[in-house]
Amino acid sequence: MKVLMTGNEAIARGAYEYGVGVAAAYPGTPSTEILENIATYKEIPCQWSPNEKVALEVGIGAAIAGARTIVTMKHVGVNVAADPLLTVAYTGVRGGLVLVSADDPGMHSSQNEQDNRFYGPFAKIPVLEPSDSQEAKEMVGLALEMSETFDTPVILRITTRIAHSRSLVTLNEPVERTAKPYSKDAKKYVMIPAYGRARRLFIEERDQKLGAFSETCPVNRIEAGSEPNGVGILTSGIAYSYVKEAFPQAPVLRVGLTHPIPKQLITDWAQGFNHVIVVEELEPYLENQLRAMGLPVLGKPFFPPFGELSVQSVQAGVQAALASRGVAIAIPETNVPAPFTAPMRPPVLCPGCPHRGVFYVLKQLKAVVSGDIGCYTLGTMAPLDGIDTCICMGASISGALGMEKAHPEMANRIVAVIGDSTFLHSGVTGLMDIVYNGGTSTVMILDNSITAMTGHQHHPGTGQTLMGDPAPMVDYEALVRALGVKRVVEVDPLDIKQVKAVLKEEMAVREPSVIIARRPCALRVKNDRPLIVENCKGCRACIGVGCPALSMDPATRKAVVDATLCTGCGVCARVCMFDCFRPGGE
Amino acid sequence: MSETKNILLVGVGGQGTILASKILAHVALGQGWDVKMSEIHGMAQRGGSVVTQVRIGTKVYSPIIEPGEADVLVAFEQLEAYRWIHTLRPDGTVIINDQKIAPLPVVAGAATYPETILDDIRAKVATAIVVPALSLATEAGNSKATNVVLMGVLASVMPDVPAESWQEALEANVPVRFLEVNRKAFAAGFACER
Ligand SMILES: Cc1ncc(C[n+]2csc(CCOP(=O)(O)OP(=O)(O)O)c2C)c(N)n1
Repeated sequence: MKVLMTGNEAIARGAYEYGVGVAAAYPGTPSTEILENIATYKEIPCQWSPNEKVALEVGIGAAIAGARTIVTMKHVGVNVAADPLLTVAYTGVRGGLVLVSADDPGMHSSQNEQDNRFYGPFAKIPVLEPSDSQEAKEMVGLALEMSETFDTPVILRITTRIAHSRSLVTLNEPVERTAKPYSKDAKKYVMIPAYGRARRLFIEERDQKLGAFSETCPVNRIEAGSEPNGVGILTSGIAYSYVKEAFPQAPVLRVGLTHPIPKQLITDWAQGFNHVIVVEELEPYLENQLRAMGLPVLGKPFFPPFGELSVQSVQAGVQAALASRGVAIAIPETNVPAPFTAPMRPPVLCPGCPHRGVFYVLKQLKAVVSGDIGCYTLGTMAPLDGIDTCICMGASISGALGMEKAHPEMANRIVAVIGDSTFLHSGVTGLMDIVYNGGTSTVMILDNSITAMTGHQHHPGTGQTLMGDPAPMVDYEALVRALGVKRVVEVDPLDIKQVKAVLKEEMAVREPSVIIARRPCALRVKNDRPLIVENCKGCRACIGVGCPALSMDPATRKAVVDATLCTGCGVCARVCMFDCFRPGGE
Repeated sequence: MSETKNILLVGVGGQGTILASKILAHVALGQGWDVKMSEIHGMAQRGGSVVTQVRIGTKVYSPIIEPGEADVLVAFEQLEAYRWIHTLRPDGTVIINDQKIAPLPVVAGAATYPETILDDIRAKVATAIVVPALSLATEAGNSKATNVVLMGVLASVMPDVPAESWQEALEANVPVRFLEVNRKAFAAGFACER
């Protein structure tokens, strides 16, 4: 049977079909739906871990114990998990271990666009790159087999366009799901230097074997074709689909195992052409390896090293590359009409979002806000303008300490804001550091009791697991008190008067304090009664809270509430200078 | 089907573009065609621009529609039609829901919602079909069926596809209790004046 699946659904299906016995992840676009889909196959134990490092370590334990295991994360998550990754590369595994890295060229929903293929040569482990959903599924099987055969973790590297594009997938019956028996093997799994050195030698042998395997691995595929100028195109991942669309007749070498690459196969293939062009998204990762092999390939100067490729940029790049060798080719003319200039439609905090009022107050108090990653990062957008920095998950709290050390006189203005999921991901150690190293910054935990940004995943503070079972909930107050924070206050973020009073007091105090702003995500509670406006004087104060349900009627210059969007949260009512908002009818 | 057909659906988060694209894909698969689709939803759960691309053909490689290559642009909102109209081929068709949803910069007074969207678009493209999809959906019994009204309009410009295929696709993608409303919404879109 063939069905239309996203790459993420296909990878989940692969986990099901190829006998995966344990799955773990921390959510992150564009990887999140993999685990959500694995959770629909009830026979696979799967879980959200508090962060990517923990998820990978859970996976490593499972694989060492003997289960086929999959761990998934977004590209920057691999940085968090890099420590265990670079050493499980030494120990190898018993059951197959696949790490899915979902990269985000074009930064559709990420803070950077690093090219994670480099983790392959860095950790000396194989990297597989599918070009569509069918391959994404099959490569889960190949990765598990390679992992077990060569005793190595394997990276399955996808990008947003693979993760979130749908194409046809053939479904097969699952193989039997059994874990291999466990037995102790300290020399292999205890990485003290003496044992580590032995494994280091093993890695070199393994690399050789993988290199030989790559030469005949069917995912490195030569597609014959004809092109009058003797051009051959080497490509990988989603770029392959653009190449096929742009130059359907051209000879292609599609590299599917992008570490280690099949050097002999490539060298022999390249012999047949006057011009070999490398078409790859992001860094010149393959290109640089081919150059190091002495192949005079054409590549990056002619294709952008950032953002996503497209059929048109591939056509233009190939044309420019060949022109540099004095070869002229015709490409379809693209007479794209100039776009109209339309006002942007940036993503916004939802109507009723409990984060909104907090940023409104922080702006009023002229706080220096050390920000973090989550829905609340949208508090940086106008009119709230409420965030000074955002680097990576967890950096708000530790960053606030650094700011305070650099500018002690600023200490009473510095506030770190962090979401509940992000606090548990990597905020706790930063707070420990504030207490330990004499910081006085105020930390606000914006507890909407869910990982909202990535689509509402549970975490250790929500009381439920990925498999739907009830779970104990982290007690934030007890946790931060245990770290040594003496001042802990809980506020209702919709009550902006209270938020303001508490923030003022805690910012002024010369010791660490934590404010827990608690209110569930507005998308997870039933719509309350929308507000109505009476006798609006047109003061526009409510517009300053930046709510999509509120606008000024251009004709009457009065505020209007969109009753289909308004949740009745009342933040606007609290800032209105003339008290014009009332609860509406049903 | 010899040539690949490119259909771009654009709207605002929460308007149901993805369900619409699933219905469309179902129809295409039913005809035995190859399909590739790509979805990009902005950062927030709601309120950002959303774009879904559907490519249908004998063999489709790329999931992406290039600028100037869309055969049909289905815009769920006026400003989004304006933003994406350059993706349409010169001989393409645009279907526009006449609904307006002001983005935050407009609400906050930092930008203005263009006044002349429909005229500007009509001056630029071969075929522009403007429909009051929201009111048609409301008349059919549920404003949330706006997306299905627009699928009805789309069906009317894809005459090669038999009507039963659309009905099957509705049945497969819409929960049973909403099926009747959605059938009505689809019919209203299919038959509406333009
Ligand atoms: C290392 C890393 N992993 C995952 C992500 C993706 N991501 C961005 S924000 C976020 C969590 C947001 O949840 P929370 O802190 O509870 O804030 P909310 O969105 O609910 O306001 C995640 C998982 C990331 N940016 N970096």
